[in-house]
Amino acid sequence: MRLHYLDNSATTRCCDRAAAAALSMMTEKYGNPSSLHEKGIEAEVELERARAAVAASLSAAQKDVLFTSGSTESNNTVLFGVADAMKRSGRRIIVSAIEHPSVYESAKELSRRGWDVRFVPVDSDGVADVDTLRKLLTADTVLVSVMAVNNETGAVQPTEEIGRIVKANSPALYHVDAVQAYGKLPISTAKWNADFVSVSAHKVHGPKGVGALYIRRSARLVPLLYGGEQQRRLRPGTEATALIAGFGAAVEEFDLARHGATVQQLHDKALSALGDIDGVIINTAALPYIINLSVPGIRSETMLHHLERGGVYVSSSSACAKGKRSYVLEAMGLEDERIDSSLRISFSRYNEEEDVIALCAGLQSGLQTLQRIKK
Amino acid sequence: MKEIILIKLGEMVLKGLNRRTFEDVLLKNIKYRLRGVGDINVRIAQSTIYIEPLTDDVDLDKVSEHIAQVFGIVAFSRACVCDKSIDDILTKAPVYTRDALMGASTFKVESKRSDKRFPLKSPEISRLVGGAILSACPHLKVDVNDPDITVRVEVRDYGAYIHHRTIRGQGGMPVGTSGLSTVLISGGIDSPVAAYMMSKRGLRLNAVHFESPPYTSLRARMKVERLLSIVARYAGAIEMHTVPLTAVQEAIRDRCPEELFTILLRRVMMEIASRIAERTGSGALITGESLGQVASQTMAALACTDDAAEKLVFRPLIGMDKQEIINLSRRIDTYDTSIEPYEDCCTIFTPKHPRTKPVLHFVRKAQEDADLAALIEEALQKTEIKLIEAR
Repeated sequence: MRLHYLDNSATTRCCDRAAAAALSMMTEKYGNPSSLHEKGIEAEVELERARAAVAASLSAAQKDVLFTSGSTESNNTVLFGVADAMKRSGRRIIVSAIEHPSVYESAKELSRRGWDVRFVPVDSDGVADVDTLRKLLTADTVLVSVMAVNNETGAVQPTEEIGRIVKANSPALYHVDAVQAYGKLPISTAKWNADFVSVSAHKVHGPKGVGALYIRRSARLVPLLYGGEQQRRLRPGTEATALIAGFGAAVEEFDLARHGATVQQLHDKALSALGDIDGVIINTAALPYIINLSVPGIRSETMLHHLERGGVYVSSSSACAKGKRSYVLEAMGLEDERIDSSLRISFSRYNEEEDVIALCAGLQSGLQTLQRIKK
Repeated sequence: MKEIILIKLGEMVLKGLNRRTFEDVLLKNIKYRLRGVGDINVRIAQSTIYIEPLTDDVDLDKVSEHIAQVFGIVAFSRACVCDKSIDDILTKAPVYTRDALMGASTFKVESKRSDKRFPLKSPEISRLVGGAILSACPHLKVDVNDPDITVRVEVRDYGAYIHHRTIRGQGGMPVGTSGLSTVLISGGIDSPVAAYMMSKRGLRLNAVHFESPPYTSLRARMKVERLLSIVARYAGAIEMHTVPLTAVQEAIRDRCPEELFTILLRRVMMEIASRIAERTGSGALITGESLGQVASQTMAALACTDDAAEKLVFRPLIGMDKQEIINLSRRIDTYDTSIEPYEDCCTIFTPKHPRTKPVLHFVRKAQEDADLAALIEEALQKTEIKLIEAR
């Protein structure tokens, strides 16, 4: 049976070049990049090459990019690191109501530690309300963190506009969790006015366990970890050279326009085919890479496992929140029945039309057999 | 200092004429439980089971922990091995007992000489060992009536042993001495506890688990496998039969009155489990039912369920409160796994208002009308079998 992997926002297949690069770092260029001898230099060259590739993909300077263990670490570093550095300069932190748990839960923890944390609501399309954000900004706001693209809905946030508003109305630093925008939309730290940007490798056909964090040179941040001299002492520890080289190789394969066009075609076909299925409601489909839909009357998990039997892999809300109701869809004001039956379809450049056909066939057969009470 | 574990006759559950069989089964079960813990010799001599590490890297704490999970052992001791010379005994006794005696204020020594060739008599051994301990720990006083710690010295055929602490075992009867029985296991808190309790009475187990893909996920099955692997620490390896019940459940949904969904499902489960029990030579079913806990466990509902079982049904939790069951599941270490949130097949298609006092002949009639026999046959055919080992 051919596999129809439509869960690319959870994670992607590592591309062959990335896997090969990682393997060669483990078995050939295995030196410690901090070592003085040539084995060290050999590894350092690859490390910096990857850093250059990632920096270019963010329109950032190479020196301003740190490698982390992934975007959970990147996001935690920013929230706790800024809070620690700025604790005498202010007391307010603003995040959106639909942030990924690695931002959302960090913000809640800061609130428990006494910070005045405010959540920006979203409209029914899942887009953050900039007017509310503007009103929440104060002279003692130290950080604003709003994601670029939501992981459950694909809703694209007004990242550039928020950057302008933040910088015009407050002294706050601005963080963008760009994990779901990465490799899909152009990222420019300068245009966004961003002080911090978090990205992750495994969402863009790189390996799991590695991510990056852009830090503007003027931005103050207290590190989470203490140790050696690596990475400006902001992220000490011997660099994960294999994963980082894989990350770099995956980024060197970025081709936003071409891959975007492939996915756009699939997305359009999927939308029109899904529209023909009685019982399927499209919740959001803003970014071509993600479609969020509901099949009222059939629980997400049941339909997910049904689709799985036809080789179709999708997600029920976000993969990080197994079995928990989506607070993102709740924030959009969706009724319970739609939330409990919601599925996320997410594409990558490796998908083909067959995958869309298999998805629609699976949804249709599920609709016929899985209703709780026969209609 | 070499240390071993001793389990003495009085600390094993033994029954009259069957004693030899019991000993053999117990020895076999101990050996099974000690697989993977290291190179260990297990033997029985002079009414005592000796558990003797053969290499230095065996972790005796781990061995003790595993022995404490074997049914049929009421208590056991860790003991220091000495040469059969009073000099060796006098050297080792104060060192081996030191940590325990430092926290005590009174002690006594009891000696037993089963090898009468040993030149000193028991009271003499006790006196000398007591003296050696007193000079090592001068803070101690001897109290022969109610000592904090009793140090025991035993001179046996193959060596001399010193021990000072009795460790409680799991009790119960050796697994296998009561036959084989089939537990219906769901993934909840109750059924693993029921399995444990019946296994404690000497039953070897196999298990029947029902799943309903796509309504239930593979993770739910993996969770049950993990639960059984915990139960297997006590009960030994368990053969797990996984029965796909989707078609039967959908037929019940489509063909039966909603308020009877659950009771009919329970009946089908009993029927299938009975068939598997028959097929595997198992003498009874075990369920985790507790009277009144949910709608399907009222007296009337249980009567309807029981009617479909073609085997004797053990319900060891029937008179227990939920909290008592939870406490026991914590003690046997299944609780944390049981509460992982995966849907099991009992909770899909649950009626909004289940019938709490179903009438047997109506239930039977509904089942006949639904014509489930062929689907039950099919489910039995598609049953998968997997052996679950202790983890």
